[in-house]
Amino acid sequence: MVTKRVTLLILAILVIASPFFFPSSFYYRIGSLIFVNGLAVTGLVILIGYAGQISLGHAGFAGIGGYSCALLPAHLGLHPGIAAIVGAILSGAIAWLVGRPILRLKGHYLAIATLGFGILVSMVLANEAWLTKGPDGIEVPDLGLKDVLELVGLDLSNSQFWYWFSGIAFVIGAWVALNLYDSPSGRALRALHGSEIAARTVGIDVARLKLQAFVISAVYASLAGSLLALQNKFITPDVAGFMHSIEWVTMAVLGGAGSVLGAFFGAAILTTLPQVLTVFQEYEQILLGLVMMLCMIFMRDGLLPSVLRLIRGKDK
Amino acid sequence: MLNVEGLRSRYGRIEVLHGIDLAVNSGEIVTVVGANGAGKTTLLRCLSGVQPVTGGSITFRGESFTAVPAYRRVGHGLAQSPEGRQIFTNLTVEENLRLGAFLYADDRVEKDMQTAFAMFPILKEKRNLAAGGLSGGQQQMLAITRALMGRPSCLLLDEPSMGLAPIIVAQIFEVVKSMRDLDVTVLLVEQNAYGALKIADRGYVLETGRVTMQGSAAELIADPRIREAYLGI
Repeated sequence: MVTKRVTLLILAILVIASPFFFPSSFYYRIGSLIFVNGLAVTGLVILIGYAGQISLGHAGFAGIGGYSCALLPAHLGLHPGIAAIVGAILSGAIAWLVGRPILRLKGHYLAIATLGFGILVSMVLANEAWLTKGPDGIEVPDLGLKDVLELVGLDLSNSQFWYWFSGIAFVIGAWVALNLYDSPSGRALRALHGSEIAARTVGIDVARLKLQAFVISAVYASLAGSLLALQNKFITPDVAGFMHSIEWVTMAVLGGAGSVLGAFFGAAILTTLPQVLTVFQEYEQILLGLVMMLCMIFMRDGLLPSVLRLIRGKDK
Repeated sequence: MLNVEGLRSRYGRIEVLHGIDLAVNSGEIVTVVGANGAGKTTLLRCLSGVQPVTGGSITFRGESFTAVPAYRRVGHGLAQSPEGRQIFTNLTVEENLRLGAFLYADDRVEKDMQTAFAMFPILKEKRNLAAGGLSGGQQQMLAITRALMGRPSCLLLDEPSMGLAPIIVAQIFEVVKSMRDLDVTVLLVEQNAYGALKIADRGYVLETGRVTMQGSAAELIADPRIREAYLGI
């Protein structure tokens, strides 16, 4: 296990140093997408990696976060930044309501129930055209922070600004998740992952703790959805779609669902591949399925732990 | 301290406990012996709250426990080392012990951990290793000390000798005996009737979901029926 400080240091260096190697400004855009995905996947690390609960519907929360940034400013006149926070709170509240009955289910049932939830959200977003303007998507107002930075003399291009903004958001998200890992709650989550019965016999309220992990990971997904909407200045119901949920789970599994650093590498690889190798773009879904299958067959701990084990030799 | 009256429990439509009466007094070591399938583990699961009770009552220190959820029972002083050890294999030895003290965040946690390490020094040696890498005996030691970290006044032990080498069994029974000095009352469920009766004050014999005999450990050890059926003497 890579320690907390080392992980944070690696992530911070990656965020700060990567731009020196960018051949063109297009790469800032990819970098920022990696961080947005990394943020959502970090939330899934808490849910899947720590607590061992599978969700196939987290894009639904991204949809809630994203559309909050479009609808709340338009209808209630909220600042888009505030709208993102309100969206996160809303997602957390919905996760709490939905999670209470769902988290009594185990394994496959939980996956199917969350799958249903995600599809429900994306259908509502696509069909309630009076509010969401339907499948064609809706415009999202500018965050306005870039203009403020310009006033104080920091002149960044649009993609540069979003690179740094998402990068900072991701590192903060990673820091929170890493702190959780070693906290009593994090330990208890990892314990119930191993054995729910034993967890109960040491005094852990398993149902409540699972619900907490679900709510936290929903907030991560919601903020990721908001970031995506704000930087694209546009959002469509696809953000909440089933494929988006699967994409995130695959990133988590590929990188190694148990570690934040692994989540980052999973997000980085699966975000970059379709962008850089345009050949892959058309076959993205096949690629995702293939990656998932290969992971399950050859490295069930995920890429990072498997590679680390190879490096360290045979001792575990 | 612990009173069980007419306890019934079922798996689906099959009732496995048909009205158990049992009492454990403060400071005692009480053992429940019986063959495989007699309902020993189910009894303990009911006591720790992970198995639903369909009839009868459980009282612990004067309070009705029948409907208290499992995770609350530890806080009242009733801790369990569950069957098959059930340690958290993906966590380190030290993390396992800390989880035993999940309800507490004071200085006593460190002190209790040192006590646990003194009890089984091997655990101290391996404190930073994944608990899944421990041998069966070491896992059992961890399961017992983890339960002790929860500061129980009454400790429920489910087959601590299961599948272990005789020398380890002796060591574990020695530690169970020492619970008297720690002011921890023990309810010990065992298939190894002889070993259990030798360290216990009193015993119950469980057969197909019913208590068929009870008495002081010395009486039971001397009883010809017990000697034939369980001790193989």
